[in-house]
Amino acid sequence: MKRRDFFKKTLPASVTLPALLNGFSVKAFTEASPLVQALMGTATDTDKVLVLIQLNGGNDGLNMVIPIDTYADYYGARKNIAIKQNKILPLKGTAKTGLHPSMSGLQTLFNEDKLAIIQAVGYPSPNFSHFRATDIWMTASDSDKIVNSGWVGRYLNSEFPNFPNGYPTAQMPDPLAIQIGSVASLALQGPSFPMGMTISNPEDFYNFIDHLTDPLPPTPWAKELAYIRMIMDQTELYGNVIRAAAAKVKTQGSYPGNNDLAQQLRIVARLVKGGLKTRVYMVSTGGFDTHSSQVEAADTSIGGHAKLMARVSDAIKCFMDDLKGLGVEDRVIGMTFSEFGRRIKSNSSLGTDHGAAAPVFVFGKNVRPGIFGTNPEIPTGAGGNDNVPFQYDFRSIYASILKQWFCVNDVDLQTIMLKNFQNLPLCVNTACGVTGIDDVRNDGEQLIINYPNPFVERTSITFNTKGGHTLVQIIDTMGRAIKTLTDKVYTSGTYTVTFDGYGLPLGVYYARFQNGATQQVRAMLKTR
Amino acid sequence: MDRREFFTLGRRAKATSPMPYGGLRQIYSGLTPYAGTWTAKEVSHLLKRTMFGAKKADIDYFLSLGPSGAVDALLNVSTALPAPPLKNYDNTDIDGADADIAVAPGTTWVNAISTDGTANGKRGNSLKSWWVGNMINQDRTIREKMVLFWHNHWSTEFSMYETATYGYRYNSLLTQSALGNFKKLVKDMTLNVAMLRYLNGYLNTNTAPDENYARELQELFTLGKENNPNYTEEDVKAAAKVLTGWRIKPEDESVFFKPEAHDKTTKTFSSFFGGAAIAGRSDAAGAEAEIDELINMIFAKQIEVSEFIVKKLYTWFVYYTIEPDTLNNVIKPLAQKFAQNWEIKPILSELLKSEHFFDPLSQGCLIKSPIEMIVGLVREFEVVIPDASDYVNQYGMWDYLRNQAELMQQNIADPPSVSGWPAYHQLPQYYEMWINHDTMPKRGRFIDQLIGTGYMRNNITLKIDPVAFTEKITDAHLPDALIEGVLDILYRVPLSASRKASIKTQILLLGQSDESYWTNYWNARNIDTTSYNVVYNRLQPLYKYLMNLAEYQLA
Repeated sequence: MKRRDFFKKTLPASVTLPALLNGFSVKAFTEASPLVQALMGTATDTDKVLVLIQLNGGNDGLNMVIPIDTYADYYGARKNIAIKQNKILPLKGTAKTGLHPSMSGLQTLFNEDKLAIIQAVGYPSPNFSHFRATDIWMTASDSDKIVNSGWVGRYLNSEFPNFPNGYPTAQMPDPLAIQIGSVASLALQGPSFPMGMTISNPEDFYNFIDHLTDPLPPTPWAKELAYIRMIMDQTELYGNVIRAAAAKVKTQGSYPGNNDLAQQLRIVARLVKGGLKTRVYMVSTGGFDTHSSQVEAADTSIGGHAKLMARVSDAIKCFMDDLKGLGVEDRVIGMTFSEFGRRIKSNSSLGTDHGAAAPVFVFGKNVRPGIFGTNPEIPTGAGGNDNVPFQYDFRSIYASILKQWFCVNDVDLQTIMLKNFQNLPLCVNTACGVTGIDDVRNDGEQLIINYPNPFVERTSITFNTKGGHTLVQIIDTMGRAIKTLTDKVYTSGTYTVTFDGYGLPLGVYYARFQNGATQQVRAMLKTR
Repeated sequence: MDRREFFTLGRRAKATSPMPYGGLRQIYSGLTPYAGTWTAKEVSHLLKRTMFGAKKADIDYFLSLGPSGAVDALLNVSTALPAPPLKNYDNTDIDGADADIAVAPGTTWVNAISTDGTANGKRGNSLKSWWVGNMINQDRTIREKMVLFWHNHWSTEFSMYETATYGYRYNSLLTQSALGNFKKLVKDMTLNVAMLRYLNGYLNTNTAPDENYARELQELFTLGKENNPNYTEEDVKAAAKVLTGWRIKPEDESVFFKPEAHDKTTKTFSSFFGGAAIAGRSDAAGAEAEIDELINMIFAKQIEVSEFIVKKLYTWFVYYTIEPDTLNNVIKPLAQKFAQNWEIKPILSELLKSEHFFDPLSQGCLIKSPIEMIVGLVREFEVVIPDASDYVNQYGMWDYLRNQAELMQQNIADPPSVSGWPAYHQLPQYYEMWINHDTMPKRGRFIDQLIGTGYMRNNITLKIDPVAFTEKITDAHLPDALIEGVLDILYRVPLSASRKASIKTQILLLGQSDESYWTNYWNARNIDTTSYNVVYNRLQPLYKYLMNLAEYQLA
């Protein structure tokens, strides 16, 4: 049993501790009390963290992870931007593949067995629009399907199905996910609510006024009003815990000041060390849409793309060094991704147009290091239409991380990822099994459940209404309401309705409960 | 099937009573001209959607015109450009040989072509400040709101093209085309210097065509990405070839044609475009004819283009969900009308005069963008900004407001990408994307600053004068009338009677029940300083409170 759990389970809700702090007796509550948290220290070393690094614009993977064994074809396809062979950074244990000359930081991590390079990551029927391709990576949908929730959002919804009702809780006092920046990502969107929190400065929050709330009628303006109020409430509730976590960390490793990605990762390291139980952090950096001038004509190892490569490599290296120095290196893995790679053949603007598959980096002390897959096949005399075909589906990486890092079971995994994907050995085996993740499932105010789940044809849905108008409807992953199970006025209490999924395709469905301004969503999996 | 169509399918059959709101509206009204009540509330709805905020004087003016007359007046836009941006900066660090040096302070820089990076950085700030100023000083028309609409649609980023004169010409084109012909605007924008630079058209060469503009022309500017089945990757490549050869002349920033860089072969398109072929030409007139043929070919997809643009206008002016009823009653009829001649003004006229636009379910549901909130606040409270005679401080204040909007994620002239601001297009959140744990506190702080001590610069303070604002309210000496009058301007959603009573008692009367306390002080405000201060100290928390509530963020 973890010390925290012991503490929680052996104490009544409120108690005067015999402990003396500077001679004073302390009245403390269970874990929700900041004082008890302070007494128990900041270490929550079983909590794992995933850091997602988004490279906006479509990164040129071929100039990042460079094929040496087929160098002549590589050079032939992009003479004006090809990295000179003698400038490519070599990697331990392979003569076939090297890194962009600006990526010495990642070279070091690779040689220290803390970096996995996954070759040619993509998906079938790739989309070449920034817009659409980004949505696909965020939602983990098939390229011809529209899904309105993000893969991280679905994972967090599966772990914390009652969120946001009753949150923060004693078990999960912290934001579920944090995005550094000012724009919320679709990846963190749950089936019905945003599951993440967006911050730019962990020390700086605003105290909103308490407001009387009029009951909200069923109108669009009331929907928007409820949303704004929810954000205000969360900001207030979570502002204090984030500020407190940040305040615990007085010194950190050094990060370059002119590197926006490094500065974002610095905040992440600080909050991780500060003890937040937040599972997922998301950061991003832009400028990768290198249609033109990605290299200097005179020296292809410098120029716009070289600066981007240095930014990514330096930031990750500083972050890893800092995590090590802070003693939390074991808890964190991260991955980079971009909405697509670029065309094999360069254009005459010293740039590259929108392409398909590209490599992904997964880094961390608990990552299984090495290179997954082979160098992309480059046709001799590549033409303007030639693209890197994908070897690994990006969703295999997501699914493998959820399974091996967050210990998600296979049924939940299929619900979250919407189907089955190949399992890649990305994390070292011992990484799984040390965390009590399941204990958060009953957190928050649970208003709707179903049984059995997964189900074959029928499942019973039980909900708890405060009374008044109550709606239970079934929505699919595209957000379409396919059935309304009940839609009437109830007296407060617990009721059960049945969802008959006969004839519906196998897959994930959501039971959406609405009672006044309260909403909750339950994910259900229909199987054979 | 569209997910929204599916969502309410079959509703007609069992729609005996309105369904409760489950994220989508049960809205049945269409384009029949609105003939309902015409009070400050309806006028405020119209003005907050078509202008930046609704000043009391503007509400009174449009109240006198009736719904149809009001929309006609809003759409009666001038083609004259506002006075151009001024040199509000000094010559520090600008190359002595650069043309900018000769531009006198306080005169416009738009006619002097500068190649100096520092000068262009300073000019860019001037351009952005000026753009904010245009919104604040807008006339009583829809023009500036449409300029912002088009800026989001034809997104370009100053931080990428970095030449302020390009940006000025881009803004001028949007301003002059605000209510013009959309098809003509497509042609004009294709050869606009800022766009040519931003999406690499100026580098597009026959030997290795650059697909950037060719793709966005179809995906973002005309057909939309949601039209499946759709144009193919081959169509992107073929269009890129059509668009090869256009260049920018550095001496005068004019756009010219370079024949040797043009692809003179025949460009063949997919079956989506009926296998159309555009014959290659070799001179400027021929290359322009190729562009015309390309645009004609795209616009022959009448349904796709017209519905894409009409939906975008709808999302901008009304709401972001489009149910089957709305699709049939509003979008399709407007799109059919639009496809006849691609004129923007008639369809906006019909939309804004419609029952649908004034439907209670269309009101109050738009979350203000940062620029709408900031410029609207400045206009509604008539915050005093130095006039053109003190252009240095005038631009300084505009720049402060611009920067506030940037912090809240809307940096004018620098949208985040070629697809514009995500809040205008990103499913499923749309406008909600403006509001998060980072931007919401920033909105709160901005409001607190302007209603509190203000923003100070060069001994000038930018702040709300709560007493001056209240002077415009009818019967402000009566607490109930005061609160109603204020809410008509500031809010688009109702407050319950009990909340209004509580606001009156707790804030305006400081817990007292006798309303004459307020009335007496208000009536004496210009007679003695004590009364003025009492009134000031009651109104300031009143407006702070109202603006700190979530309700203030809706329009």
